[in-house]
Amino acid sequence: MTALRELGKRLYKGRWGYFFILPNFAIFTIFFLVPVVWSMVLSLLDYQWWGTEFVGLRNYAQVFNDRIFWKAVVNTAYYTFGVVPLWLGKALLIAALIFPFRNSIQTFFKAAFYLPHVTSAVIISMIWLWIYNPPFGLLNYLIRFLGIEQVAWLGNTRTAMPALIFMQVVMGGGSSIVLLSAAMNGIPTYLYEAAELDGARPAQVFFRVTLPLLRPTLLYLVVTGTINSFQVFTNVYLMTQGGPQFSTTTIVYMIYDTAFKQFQFGPASAMAMVLFALTAVLALVQFRWLGQEVEY
Amino acid sequence: MLLDDKRTRPKHYVSLVFLLVAASAAIIPLYWMLVTAVQQPTLTVTFPPEWFPSKPTWINFERFLARPGVLRWTTNSLFVALLVTGIQIMTSAMAGYAFAKKRFPGSNFLFYLYIASMMVPGQVTLVPLFMVMNSFGLQDTYPGLILPAIAGPFGVFLMKQFISTLPTELIEAAIIDGCGEVQTFGRIILPLAKPGLAVLGIFTFMGQWNEFLWPLIITNSANMRTLPVGLALLQEELPMQYGLLMAGATYAAVPMIVIFFMFQRYFLKGITVGALKG
Repeated sequence: MTALRELGKRLYKGRWGYFFILPNFAIFTIFFLVPVVWSMVLSLLDYQWWGTEFVGLRNYAQVFNDRIFWKAVVNTAYYTFGVVPLWLGKALLIAALIFPFRNSIQTFFKAAFYLPHVTSAVIISMIWLWIYNPPFGLLNYLIRFLGIEQVAWLGNTRTAMPALIFMQVVMGGGSSIVLLSAAMNGIPTYLYEAAELDGARPAQVFFRVTLPLLRPTLLYLVVTGTINSFQVFTNVYLMTQGGPQFSTTTIVYMIYDTAFKQFQFGPASAMAMVLFALTAVLALVQFRWLGQEVEY
Repeated sequence: MLLDDKRTRPKHYVSLVFLLVAASAAIIPLYWMLVTAVQQPTLTVTFPPEWFPSKPTWINFERFLARPGVLRWTTNSLFVALLVTGIQIMTSAMAGYAFAKKRFPGSNFLFYLYIASMMVPGQVTLVPLFMVMNSFGLQDTYPGLILPAIAGPFGVFLMKQFISTLPTELIEAAIIDGCGEVQTFGRIILPLAKPGLAVLGIFTFMGQWNEFLWPLIITNSANMRTLPVGLALLQEELPMQYGLLMAGATYAAVPMIVIFFMFQRYFLKGITVGALKG
C-alpha cells in the first residue's frame, strides 16, 4: 500500500511533465510506435481484403526465395558502399581544404556545397534525367570532347547504378562538410602547435592529429549516411523505376512496388523488417568499429 | 593561425582553385536547370548547348503554370508544410521542455524510446500507416498528409538538447514570482528557445516541402497532390518536354533556395546542433 501511495505521489509530482509531453507523445504513439509494432505483426499475416490469416514465417520464406529481393539487397549494398565512402572522402577533403581560410570564405564554400541539399530529390532527379539524356544531355555532350561515344547512362545495366551513385556524390556531402569543419574548428590549436614543434609535416598532422580527433563526427556521418543510403527511393523511382532488368531495384523501391503496386502487404512488411534488421546490424557494427572514446 | 604561415600561402591558391571546381560541379546542375528553363523550346536540344541563352524567354514558365493543377499543388504543399511545421514546433518544444527540465517517473525510458526510434527506417511504418489512414477514411485528405508527418522523433530530441542549455534558475524564479506552469513555458521558455525553434522550423518546413514518398502513396486525386508528386507525374507524362520540366523544377526549387539564403545562419547552425546526438 505504501509503495503504491509513494508511486502515486511521484506521479502526481511529475504531472506537469506528463502534461507537456502528452500532445507529442500521443501523436508519436499512434503514428509511429503502433505502426512499427503493427508492421512486425503484419509480416506474419496473410492480409487480404476478404480475410486475414496468420501464416507464421511464410512471408519471410517467400521474400527470401525471391531472387529479385536478393538482387535488391545486393543493389542497395552496392549503392551504399559506393556512395558513403565517396561522399565522406569528398567531405573530408573539402573540409580540410577550407579549414585554413578566413571565416567568410569558409562560409561561402559551406553554403555552395550545401545548396543542392535544399532542393528536393525529385528536382535533383529531374535535372539529372536531363543531364544523362542519351542524345541531347549535357554529359554526352561533354564526353564527346574526350572522344567517347554517347552512352545511355540510365538505360544500360552496367552504367545505371554507377550513374545514380555519381549523381549522389556530386550533389551530396554538403551537410557532412559543415559538420566536419565545425569539428575541425573545435580541435584545440595547441595540438597543432605541439605537432609542428615536434617537426610533423602537414600530411602527418592531418593523419595523426586531425583524423583521430574527428572520429566521433566520422562515426556519426558513416552511420547516418549508411542509413540514408539504405533508404534510397526517390532517385530510383524517378530515374530508372528499378530497371533496366532490376539493376537498380533497391529494397525500399521493392517495398513500395510490392505494397502499393501489387498490394501484397504481408511480404512488403517482411521486407521492411529485413531492412530494419540490416540497418540496425550495420549501425551496431559501425559503432563498435569506430566508436572508441576520444580524449583530448 | 599556424596554417596562415607565409610558407604555406602559395598552396592556398591551388586549393582555392580546386574548391571552386568542386563547388561548381555541385552548382552546375542547378544552373543548367535554370538555363534550360529560360531557353527557347526550339533551342533546348541544339548542339552545342548554349551556356548563356541568347534569347531567354518565360514561355516555359507560362506553359508550366497554365497546366491544370499547378497552383493547387503549390497551395497544397504550402498549406501542409506550414501546418506540419507549426504543430511540430509547438509539440516538440513542449515535450523537449518536459524532458529537459521536468522530472517524472519514466522520463528516461520515454526519451530513450524517442532516441531509439530515430534509428528506425521510416519505410517500416509505411504499410501500417497506409492501412490506418485507409480505415479512418483519411486517404487523399489533408489529415492523411499531415498526421504522420508530425509524428517524427527528431524535433523532440532537438528541442530537448536546446532547452537543456537554458538556466534552470530562470524557471524557478518564474515559479516563485507566481507564474503558472503554462505561463512559465509560454513567457520564459519559448522566447528563450527562439533560435532552436527557428532551426527546427526551417528544417521541418524544408523536409515537408520536399517530401515525396508519403504524399505519393496517400494521395490519388489530382487535386490533393503536392508539388513534388505533381512534378514527378509530369515527368512521367511528358518526359521529352525538357524546357517545361526544368521550368517546373525551378518553380519548386526557388522558394527553398531563397529561404536558404535568407536564413543561411540557421541552416548551417542547425546541421551542427542536430548532429550532437547523445
